[in-house]
Amino acid sequence: MNWEAFWLTVRLAAIVSGLLVVIGIPVAYWLTFSRWRWKFLVEAAVSLPIVLPPTVLGFYVLVALGSRSPIGRWWESATGHTLAFTFPGLVIGSLLYSLPFAIQPFASSFGAVDRRLLQASASLGDGPRQTFFRIIVPLSKGGLIAGFALSFAHTLGEFGVVLMVGGNIPGVTRTISIDIFDQVQTGNYSSANQTAMILLVISFAVLSLVYGLNRRPWAAGPWR
Amino acid sequence: MAVKARSQSAKSPDIPAVPVSSDLEVRIRKRYPNPEGTFSVNVHFRALAGFTVIFGASGAGKTTLLDCIAGVTKPDEGRIFVGGEELFDSEKKRNLPAWERRVGYVQQDLALFPHLTAEENVAYGLRGLSGAEKNYRSGEIMSRFRIDRLRDRKPSQISGGERQRVALARALILEPRVLLLDEPLAALDRPAKSSLVNDLRKWNQNHRIPILFVTHNGEEVFALGNEVIILDSGKIAAQGLPHEVMRAPRLETIAQLSGFENIFDATVVALHETRGTLTCRLGKSEVELETPLVRADTGTRLRVGMRAGDLLLATEKPQGLSARNILSGTIQRIEQRDVIISAAVDCGGVEFEVHLTLAARDFLNLAPGKQVWVVGKTHSCHLMGI
Repeated sequence: MNWEAFWLTVRLAAIVSGLLVVIGIPVAYWLTFSRWRWKFLVEAAVSLPIVLPPTVLGFYVLVALGSRSPIGRWWESATGHTLAFTFPGLVIGSLLYSLPFAIQPFASSFGAVDRRLLQASASLGDGPRQTFFRIIVPLSKGGLIAGFALSFAHTLGEFGVVLMVGGNIPGVTRTISIDIFDQVQTGNYSSANQTAMILLVISFAVLSLVYGLNRRPWAAGPWR
Repeated sequence: MAVKARSQSAKSPDIPAVPVSSDLEVRIRKRYPNPEGTFSVNVHFRALAGFTVIFGASGAGKTTLLDCIAGVTKPDEGRIFVGGEELFDSEKKRNLPAWERRVGYVQQDLALFPHLTAEENVAYGLRGLSGAEKNYRSGEIMSRFRIDRLRDRKPSQISGGERQRVALARALILEPRVLLLDEPLAALDRPAKSSLVNDLRKWNQNHRIPILFVTHNGEEVFALGNEVIILDSGKIAAQGLPHEVMRAPRLETIAQLSGFENIFDATVVALHETRGTLTCRLGKSEVELETPLVRADTGTRLRVGMRAGDLLLATEKPQGLSARNILSGTIQRIEQRDVIISAAVDCGGVEFEVHLTLAARDFLNLAPGKQVWVVGKTHSCHLMGI
């Protein structure tokens, strides 16, 4: 069992899902309430990572982060080394890869809040910002937790994007799924099994949490 | 400006609010969709302090109108004034956001916040106050509306009538300049209705603001008195005191809404200017009715509306009666609805619905097949243009 890879993966997933809450909430809010006619194009773009092969996504992220792109050059001049094949590069790739898994639950729970409640809040003197924090957030708790947990679980298990963007550098970019691949390549099946089992159990636990929280009888519970 | 005014009044609870004129003036146009197509609300009216009932069928644009005044929907054009302050003016491109309007709005579905208790709902709009002050205020208004024992319950745990009171208290605690009520009594039984209306009236005596009260129930129009505005397909069909507007309707939609069980197509056959009446023939039958005189010519087609409760039944031909319409007929059906007996009587091809008491049915031994006379006063016949 490679604990270095395990903790690296958990750290990556925690950072990515945390950032996705910060980035995803405003994007999801905009997607839910904007009346811009071309909004559907943004919706489609945000959902692309669900259908694209991770290698395609990883390839473009790699190109975008490489030393020939403006972002890559800026990062190089600022830090002295390239963004590709580093942990920050891995975070950027994973952010894009897990984006829809955060934004879709956020947006659908925002959209499920009755518009009449928002109107009532407005006529009681609350502007959009206060209404968001006093009405939308508490009523979207299930969706917010689901988005966080799903993007966490999804980042835990990613393979293609990590391999393309991060490579396979122990302690820097080698995540559990890549570690498993390596162990299988070297014929070390029992170690691969251990690691795979841990990933399986964690993923199951996270998904159980998501579905458990969204269960109706609990959703009406006193802590909501 | 509105925000400032509120925080002032909120911080000085002991000083009574200065009584300002808060007449509401609305002149707007707003297209809205309904299941039968796109309609346009196009209204101009003034509402003074006290109740103004807005009456109309579903789809007449009542809720769209309230949404525009509350500021949750933007009118296509026009102006909305409250007490001299402009809430909306399309020409000046002024549109005060809903949260700065100080317009109390109790929506049809109440829109109570499901994650908050009744007390938290009531105190929702109070801001810039200490916790103790908020508790004091919400406690005060909740006891005035007799919901103080529900403080800690969630909306899902209280009854329909109590929810109504919570929604009302939540709007009134902010001392709005106008109160909009969208069918606030629809879900209530009769005693709950009158008790809520009484509490609201009491409140309105100390807070002289206009209350727009939307309903599609004719009974409520009479019960609330004051001014009534009749909305039909987005337009004001009539405005005035309830008995003026409701008893002499000019539109058939009003007649149906206002409770005419009997509505007939009719043709004017004779005018009696000196007697102040006219005679008209119902449908293709030979049945003639004497009705109040209206400006019409012989041959004019119109409709006659008669309330079932205004008609009498007699088992012998009445003599020496002032009523001018006495028609012989046969009882077709008798139905009991709660404590009202509804009799369908065929008079020469025209069927009348007559409402009677249980006692009258038993006393006269009324049953299907029995020969009776339907009696109606001239002034029980309400004429409507087509």
